[in-house]
Amino acid sequence: MKLARAAILIACLLAGWQLLFWFAGSSALTSPADTVAFTLQLVSSPSFYPHLAETAKAFAVALGIAISCGILVGFSLGLYRFAGEVAEPVLVALYSIPKITLYPIVLLAFGIGMPAKIAFGAIHGIIPVAIFALGAVRNLNPVYLKAARVMRMGPSRIATRVLLPAAIPEIFTGIRIGFSLTLIGTLLGEMFASQRGLGFLLIQAIGLHNIRLIMALTLLLVVIAVTASAALLAIDRRLRRHMFGS
Amino acid sequence: MTPGRVRFVLAIALVLLLEGLCRFGVITRFSMIPPSEIVWHLGKILGTAQMWPAILKTLGNVVAACVSSIIVGVLAGALIHRWQALRETLDPLFAAYYAIPVYAFYPLFIVIFGLGDFPQILIGFMLGLVAVVVNTLNGLDRVPRVLLKTARIHRLGPVATARKIALPYAAPYVFTGIKLAVAYSFIGVIGAELIMSRTGLGYEIGYAYNNFDNAVMYPLIVFVLAVAATVNTLFFLWEKKMLARRRK
Repeated sequence: MKLARAAILIACLLAGWQLLFWFAGSSALTSPADTVAFTLQLVSSPSFYPHLAETAKAFAVALGIAISCGILVGFSLGLYRFAGEVAEPVLVALYSIPKITLYPIVLLAFGIGMPAKIAFGAIHGIIPVAIFALGAVRNLNPVYLKAARVMRMGPSRIATRVLLPAAIPEIFTGIRIGFSLTLIGTLLGEMFASQRGLGFLLIQAIGLHNIRLIMALTLLLVVIAVTASAALLAIDRRLRRHMFGS
Repeated sequence: MTPGRVRFVLAIALVLLLEGLCRFGVITRFSMIPPSEIVWHLGKILGTAQMWPAILKTLGNVVAACVSSIIVGVLAGALIHRWQALRETLDPLFAAYYAIPVYAFYPLFIVIFGLGDFPQILIGFMLGLVAVVVNTLNGLDRVPRVLLKTARIHRLGPVATARKIALPYAAPYVFTGIKLAVAYSFIGVIGAELIMSRTGLGYEIGYAYNNFDNAVMYPLIVFVLAVAATVNTLFFLWEKKMLARRRK
């Protein structure tokens, strides 16, 4: 039933796309069939792989940094109540400002290339992970922390043995949101001052007015993002069911 | 000390630290100019007429994106809520929506609509829309049955019910969506301007960066962040006031 609905939705979107194509003409966009064909051709061409690999590498490192630093920040702020009260509004404010305006500063600090992309991706992802980790620690049953203190556990052992297992579902929600924001950050990072990567290909395709390439890359990114997000959402729901019952 | 005061003191300390690092050459002028100079240059920029067209154009587009996403989002939410089958079909889209890098559509919009204001407004609109729709749906789900029954007894039509009972009840939830729409329209419009445009604050920041013109770039970045943070804070305070009134 669920799959059927998803199929209907995809069919409707494809139909809308095809109608738009008939309406706007081939000078503005390519048809669904054409785009899928070109995307497959693009993916199988050897010159495409360095770009894909570059983006994948930057994204993986950025996500790793975002998750580990985000959890670290969230846990520290959650354990030290006062620090959390001081920092939480700052985190929420940082979440809602247009971070893209900071990109020139990131470029000046890290130079052009891989480190800047990673930094920019990580900046986007770290905040939601930290906010959710902080919330998770706050909502934790206080008995867990008291028990840990009675057993004289140090902060690092509390984090790995108590907080992480207890807060996993909420942290995972943070990671799910952080995942998509990190992807956006990495791609944005590649759109400026970059020589390789999917973001670079996209910005280059605008310059060359290469509509087929723009459409194919957009489709590819949407498919990757939606697939990853659906998988993460399924894991998220399973974790929550496992923890809190149905 | 209250958390607010600690925040204030920490912010001052950070600014002073940056000032010191810049003045003593730890951070070179090529990377950053001292905060005091940023403020001074910002005053100069805002005092002359040169930058105002870009500022007003960007803010105008942000308002356009924000207002349109709120109006369309609330109307769409009210409509989708009445039509269960449509809602169940759209649910997967809503769940996956914010995973899609919306900026990836920007090149496409430029090709279709040309390099004017419209593609930028559309990006801001698209970012905000689903947040408003999802939160409107969430609010409408919570309207108590008894209120809807009362509406039926008073023979209110579906439009009157939505306008006079359901939407006012759902207002706090809708407001969460509105707050997100405000933040997202800033992010969408200015991001799009930075990627590619001919005018606007994002364009001016990119232009200054390409010319190593830190005396323009840093003040403008600070200006954008300050405006966005102020607007977001005002909405946050407004929401708090509204919720406090409701609890009475």
